[in-house]
Amino acid sequence: MQPVNPACLKSSTVAAGNLSSRILVGLDAEATWEELIKGSILEGPTYGLNGKSVVIATVDQFRAAAALIELDGIARRIVLYPPDLSLEHLSYVAKTAEADVLVTDQPEAAEVNRGVARVIFCGRNVNPVTADRALDYASAIETEWILLTSGTTGRPKLAMHTLASLAGSAWHTDPASVSLVWSTFYDMRRYGGLHIFLHAALTGTSLVVSSALESTADFLARAGAHGVTNISGTPSHWRRALMSPFADRINPEYIRMSGEIVDQAILNQVQAQYPHARVAHTFASTEAGVGFNVNDGLMGFPAETLTGNPLIDMKLKDGTLRIRSTRTAVRYLGKDSPVLKDVEGYVDTGDTLELRAGRYYFTGRRDGTINVGGYKVHPEEVEAVINRHPLVAMSLVKAKKNPITGALVVADVVLKPLPADSSADPPQHDILQFCRAELAPHMVPTVINIVPMLAVGESGKLVRRA
Amino acid sequence: MDIRTEIIAQFKQVALEHDKQLAPLTDNLALLDSGLDSLCFAIVVARLEDSLGKDPFSDDEDARFPVTFGDFIRFYENAAS
Repeated sequence: MQPVNPACLKSSTVAAGNLSSRILVGLDAEATWEELIKGSILEGPTYGLNGKSVVIATVDQFRAAAALIELDGIARRIVLYPPDLSLEHLSYVAKTAEADVLVTDQPEAAEVNRGVARVIFCGRNVNPVTADRALDYASAIETEWILLTSGTTGRPKLAMHTLASLAGSAWHTDPASVSLVWSTFYDMRRYGGLHIFLHAALTGTSLVVSSALESTADFLARAGAHGVTNISGTPSHWRRALMSPFADRINPEYIRMSGEIVDQAILNQVQAQYPHARVAHTFASTEAGVGFNVNDGLMGFPAETLTGNPLIDMKLKDGTLRIRSTRTAVRYLGKDSPVLKDVEGYVDTGDTLELRAGRYYFTGRRDGTINVGGYKVHPEEVEAVINRHPLVAMSLVKAKKNPITGALVVADVVLKPLPADSSADPPQHDILQFCRAELAPHMVPTVINIVPMLAVGESGKLVRRA
Repeated sequence: MDIRTEIIAQFKQVALEHDKQLAPLTDNLALLDSGLDSLCFAIVVARLEDSLGKDPFSDDEDARFPVTFGDFIRFYENAAS
């Protein structure tokens, strides 16, 4: 079958078929894809959304999905605001995206909203569209999709995609897909979750979405009750699932991991729990898009993977993986935003690789970014807080490997010279309290080591790698 | 050092530091119902590696993850030092 050109989400979902037989399942609402295509989750007057820039900032994932289906092809730009991102960034994001409209289910979001002309609330259920909406749907435009990623300054970066870059070119409806039920531990406001959402929409399957308001056990029970066949998550998601007494509630045929370095232990443990499932891992990132899948059950990937896909150019340069394809983000939004691609069109993933015996292994991030259970931590941001402590001269924040979250944050701290007569206790506890007051829990160092000095390179910067 | 005592101490300490309400630590308690989140478990495992000198999560790639608090203690008790 010819790939479907994903001009807009509605038309592509219709082209995938199975509309009335497959469903999107949220925590407390569900709808067939037909109802989603024809209906509306938005409350109150919704005229005049054509060509507008819209921020979707709902807590509930089902509502975000419904709003996205509704607004793609109508809005000029849609920003997907993750539910775990503090609302303190909302004004900055709205301004950078030149937002006209905020779609939300949170009264708090409406309250902190600044400079957005209209606020539209989401209902709980999808309702049939009234006649006056038909005009909105008359002409489809190519909507810019904006995904947020963490930036070194603490402010999110706004990465622009299109439906085509997110969906890729290989969409097709497999007659067998009608029997598949996808799910993911990811939230669809993150790349990993959005990828699965689009996969379900555009290949004609049902989808069970998770909720931040639900425990891992309850989610597994709900996914199991809906007969989930295919499910994705980060290694940290899977480690948590395996610690749940409800891990056996799902019986998937296919399991995919992404978003963090996949080690051999988690591959083996997941395979042991689900012996009949095919267990794969994928390299993908918000900026670089989908790189490749690894299906041989081993960590890392065969060296020939880099040259094995004619549609995705990959290379190693200065130790990090570079990707050029139609799947990468287009650019970052905003003045003074960093440049996404080099002159040849390659995106630097920042992920460092090491070649051993014909296989590449991920070894971390060149910029020292620490991945704590799927949350990126920029060392500079943590160091900036530690360095504000009155007793601290300088600090170096780095990763410590951890079998539960992949990594934890630890800090080496150099103290200012103390007065000779000082008998004060070492201030680790005080520095930690200081960090807890200023930083999200995953960013707080788990250990503070007091060290006599830190290495500074010729550039005057801290030496981040031994 | 008594492994059970050390594990209980670390659960309590990490719960305190992270303002988590810790459930009574009986052997039948499901770990995910203990009140600790993934980050807290990660910290507990890191501190136990320091205090007990072992990390059975990392040492055995084929180990089954513990599900209850009792499993967790046995996981450490049965791990080679």
